[in-house]
Amino acid sequence: MKKLVSLTAAFALSAGLLAGCSGTASEPGSEDRVVNVCSWGEYIDESLIGEFEEQTGIRVNYQTVPSNEELYSILSMGGANYDVIVPSDYMISQLIEEDMLAELNYDNIPNFSKIDDRFKNLAYDPENKYTVPYAWGTLGIIYNTSKVDGEITSWDAMFDTQYADQVLMINNSRDALGIALLDLGYSVNTDSEEELQAAYQRLADAKEAGVYQAFVMDEVFDKMEAGEAAIATYYAGDYLSMLENNPDLAYVVPEEGSNWFVDAMCVLKDAENKDEAEEWINFMCSTEASLKNMDYIWYASPNTEALEQYPAYYEELYGEPLDQELYEIMAAPQEVLDRCEVYLVRPAETRALYNDLWTQLSI
Amino acid sequence: MKNKLSRFAVPYVVWMALFVVIPILMIVVYAFTSADGTPTLDNFARIGEYFPVFVRSFKLALIATLVCLLIGYPLACALAREGARFQRVAMMLIMLPMWMNFLLRTYAWMSILENTGLLNRLFGAIGLFDLINSLFGTDIEYFKMINTQGAVVLGMVYNFLPFMVLPIYSVIVKLDQKLIEAARDLGADGVTVFRRVTLPLSLPGVLSGITMVFVPAVSTFAISQLLGGGQQLLLGNLIEMQFKGAAYNPQLGSAVALVMMVIVVICMTVMNRFGEGEEQAVIL
Repeated sequence: MKKLVSLTAAFALSAGLLAGCSGTASEPGSEDRVVNVCSWGEYIDESLIGEFEEQTGIRVNYQTVPSNEELYSILSMGGANYDVIVPSDYMISQLIEEDMLAELNYDNIPNFSKIDDRFKNLAYDPENKYTVPYAWGTLGIIYNTSKVDGEITSWDAMFDTQYADQVLMINNSRDALGIALLDLGYSVNTDSEEELQAAYQRLADAKEAGVYQAFVMDEVFDKMEAGEAAIATYYAGDYLSMLENNPDLAYVVPEEGSNWFVDAMCVLKDAENKDEAEEWINFMCSTEASLKNMDYIWYASPNTEALEQYPAYYEELYGEPLDQELYEIMAAPQEVLDRCEVYLVRPAETRALYNDLWTQLSI
Repeated sequence: MKNKLSRFAVPYVVWMALFVVIPILMIVVYAFTSADGTPTLDNFARIGEYFPVFVRSFKLALIATLVCLLIGYPLACALAREGARFQRVAMMLIMLPMWMNFLLRTYAWMSILENTGLLNRLFGAIGLFDLINSLFGTDIEYFKMINTQGAVVLGMVYNFLPFMVLPIYSVIVKLDQKLIEAARDLGADGVTVFRRVTLPLSLPGVLSGITMVFVPAVSTFAISQLLGGGQQLLLGNLIEMQFKGAAYNPQLGSAVALVMMVIVVICMTVMNRFGEGEEQAVIL
């Protein structure tokens, strides 16, 4: 009998643990309204969560993941039950392709009308049935003006032996190979094996010549702020954070063009709280929330009014005018965007090639 | 049930089944299937490409384990001879870094070893670089320490040293002093006592120390990313790339993990055989 009791206890315990693994979904039929949101770290002004909860009575369960790839791995392993996710463009098209996103009911998202037309019907969601843009920006070169003579204007700097051991290359295959493709004058969305091999060779030669001090992701903050390296490639919004700690840093979208990315809010197909999810999305693209959020995360909002009002909002908040140059780094003007391309998901063969080339480079 | 206490083991057995056995089975299943679920050996066929990564991982982990042993063994011996109070304080000092987050400790090493880091700034401040430059006519401004294999080994040694010291210490401290006295009475000198008595008797501690350092070192990915600058790819990084990176190929990742597990198990078995032999030799 005792054995039975302890066995039952053990099973109850493990069942509880298993249930714990599946996240914190709302009980079906319970009075509480909940929405499970998953986004990137430091990618929201958290006071907005409280405001939303107060306005709507919906409890927000806010979680973060570090990268698109990790998000994808969690989703495909079935390890989570998020309602709203905020992936980037190329990951969105992959999720749409694999039928993992739900079509949105835009009647529930009236604030969608405030989104600038430039950010609607983009290539990852051509009929705009699944997504509402959240933030956007460019990829560019960040360099330390006290360590680099003159201005950097080209991706060539990322491969220049003149800067041996002073360059930080971005540690993900899509961006790193993308930079090499752009430098060689190819499209970041190419499927040509020849072009990708050439891009790989460009990176491998520079690596061999000792140009790269390291391959980094978020370590770039510490290293650029401390003056450890002269040149790095990273995202515009993050440059603005680094600039606060090291005023010698400059940012440029190279003349060859670059990637401009859009992170958009989507609802998963098997979401349990679709109505709450749409309410959350609607709230986040209101002009007030967009302004507040933009000021916190330093990535530009796609909301037209927020984009127009931000300089005035900044001046009122901080008592000094917003530097126009910084504003244009955050919200790149159209002539810069015209030079840039959005990443699109590549067919499986190209993805496998990216994977192989990247592993070869790392070995 | 012979043992009345064995029912307390039930939760543990369930725990092990859920979180050890089933995950390992899942790794095996993944390793032998392709993305669409059909059985295949392709994943293993591709592992040859990653041979240099296997070599690098085992080499660095081996060096780190040896260094830990060379530092840890004398340290454990010296500690065991001190008074109880001193031992308590010393143990706490050894454990103290482990109360801090592992990533934080490794991040700290990053800012110590960087070209503009604490150490290089210290060397600059005491005029070391000026001295070297005037002596050898060179023009160096810093020692390159970060993003090298040496930095990765240092990170491993720093993080895993307590796992070497503690098991050796716990064996040596319980060592029966009468055995040593008897050996001395029989005319053995210090070296012989150590070689014939202390060392063989402390071997179980050494073996578990080696296991506890080598296994995490061979599979680490954070240390090599932070201190190796992403250019000293280890098995842990390779596996992580397959699950979390742009690569997303859990089948290949599982195959690499499985091969690594098999190699580690073989190493450990061989080592333990060797250990058993030693102990028997002592008894004989």
